[in-house]
Amino acid sequence: MAGFSVRPRLQVSWQSLFTALMFVFMYLPIGVLALYSFNESRYSAGWEGFSLRWYQTLFSDARIFAALQDSLFVAFCAVGISAVLGTLMAIGLAKYRFPGKPLYRGISYLPLIVPDIAIAVATLVFLASVAVPLSIWTIIAAHMVFCLAYIAVVVSSRLLGLDPNLEEAALDLGATPFQALVKVLIPQLAPGIISGCLLAFVLSMDDLLISSFTAGGGANPLPLEIFSRVRTGVKPDINALSVVLILGSGLIAAASEYIRYRSERKTQTK
Amino acid sequence: MANPTSTRSDWLQSNLGRINWRQRLLSLVGPLAFLSPAGLWLLLFLAIPTLLILDISLVPGLRPGQATGAYGLGNYLQIFESVYLTVMGRSLFFAVGATVICLALGFPVAYWIALMSPKRWRNLLLVAFVLPLWTSSLLRAYAWITILRPTGLLNLILGALGLPTQQWLNTSVSVFIGLSYSFLPYMVLILYASLEKLDVRLLEAASDLGATPQQAFWRVTIPQTLPGIAAGSLLVFITSLGDFVVPTLLGGASSMNVARLIYNQFLGPTRNWGFGSALSMVLILAVSLAIALLLRYGDRASVSEPHQ
Repeated sequence: MAGFSVRPRLQVSWQSLFTALMFVFMYLPIGVLALYSFNESRYSAGWEGFSLRWYQTLFSDARIFAALQDSLFVAFCAVGISAVLGTLMAIGLAKYRFPGKPLYRGISYLPLIVPDIAIAVATLVFLASVAVPLSIWTIIAAHMVFCLAYIAVVVSSRLLGLDPNLEEAALDLGATPFQALVKVLIPQLAPGIISGCLLAFVLSMDDLLISSFTAGGGANPLPLEIFSRVRTGVKPDINALSVVLILGSGLIAAASEYIRYRSERKTQTK
Repeated sequence: MANPTSTRSDWLQSNLGRINWRQRLLSLVGPLAFLSPAGLWLLLFLAIPTLLILDISLVPGLRPGQATGAYGLGNYLQIFESVYLTVMGRSLFFAVGATVICLALGFPVAYWIALMSPKRWRNLLLVAFVLPLWTSSLLRAYAWITILRPTGLLNLILGALGLPTQQWLNTSVSVFIGLSYSFLPYMVLILYASLEKLDVRLLEAASDLGATPQQAFWRVTIPQTLPGIAAGSLLVFITSLGDFVVPTLLGGASSMNVARLIYNQFLGPTRNWGFGSALSMVLILAVSLAIALLLRYGDRASVSEPHQ
């Protein structure tokens, strides 16, 4: 066994130092952003004293709040509808065999694979060709495409780990197929549906390209507002906004991991 | 020609056929209820739009508002003009570079977390490492501006150490930093999944048979995790190839890549929908090719759940 580093030991290996360095790499920019959001100075990188003025600027910025509202509205609508469609799709794909299934499944994976820019372009061309005026509703329609694809993937992986006998038992005991679905299958899928929705929510709130191409003049989601401001350099109030948003997404991530952890423990103890 | 037995069997057959049809129709209700809503949406907002850009990419010189034109390959031939070839080459350069950097940085991290860290910390360490993926990609790229700009943190530190300050922002270096920062967590996630499945007994056997740790690593660990390496590399390659945010925010005017070029054909100063669509089709084709290679030679299991 001598000289073998596969088993955990207390000695410090170069891999552990390197990993620590990479953790710094991952968190340094976020930390720097947070630090500078409290810096008095507007332009200089030097520290010129603690200040909350950028948070004051941020919270009195009506444009940012309007943009945040647009983003939240888009994300809630798109994720809400996609939760239903995506879950049905995942169940349908697991349950049924039909001709053209590989094609259906393939198309459902496309939003995960095809770059956003190509999807954005295609959606714009389509909307223009059917002469639908761009608005917040076209953003929602476009976001639903990737939201339902991601939700379906997460729900599918949860479906794989489920006991198919439970649904059959419900049917044997006299439940209608609809009852078996709503009272037995859906509750079992709930952790997957919720983490899928959280993922889709974060992606929808983060999306720049698809929103840019489908927004028109009617709506201005947050990433568009941020992008148009930071193109021209550092803006201290955007630092403050970043800190607020990162804390928000941190909470969502924690919720998602907690749900996954709990559902994993449940299936382990069974 | 009608004898009794044959009419009887005809009757039976036609009735059986009817029953079959009924059952068939009934058996369609379930799949339709589950699959048609999402299917219709994907058809309407993904499949048809993609076919549509394929169509207009084949009409050279089409302007917005113009309904039709003659078919031709002009838009695709335009890509071979040297200006655009440079852009395509640069996109590939960014994507390949980011992939190599992510692999080099990600492998030791995934290796340590999967095989060397204390067992009960492993999940937590992995979650902590990929946590930044949950935050906005736009803001993560923006964060680097604060560090890399001429009066930024990096130059401040270099200056304080008495080292020459440099122009970092708007160079290829900052694009590589931004891309590898953005996509390193994906690489670590997939490599971890692959390394976790590694049969440690094989390594013990190798060492019992007299292999040095280096030999065991190159001859056992690497071949065993090759599918994960392929999957992770292709995922980073694909996402970097089509990335828009990092080259725009950190790369400046000199870092035009294919996503930015497409953007400009639609929302920028040069409006040429046909050319933009042709570029999109090429991008989709490149990505599909990479996926096809992955499905043929890579590890399916580790790609099917890129996020969990």
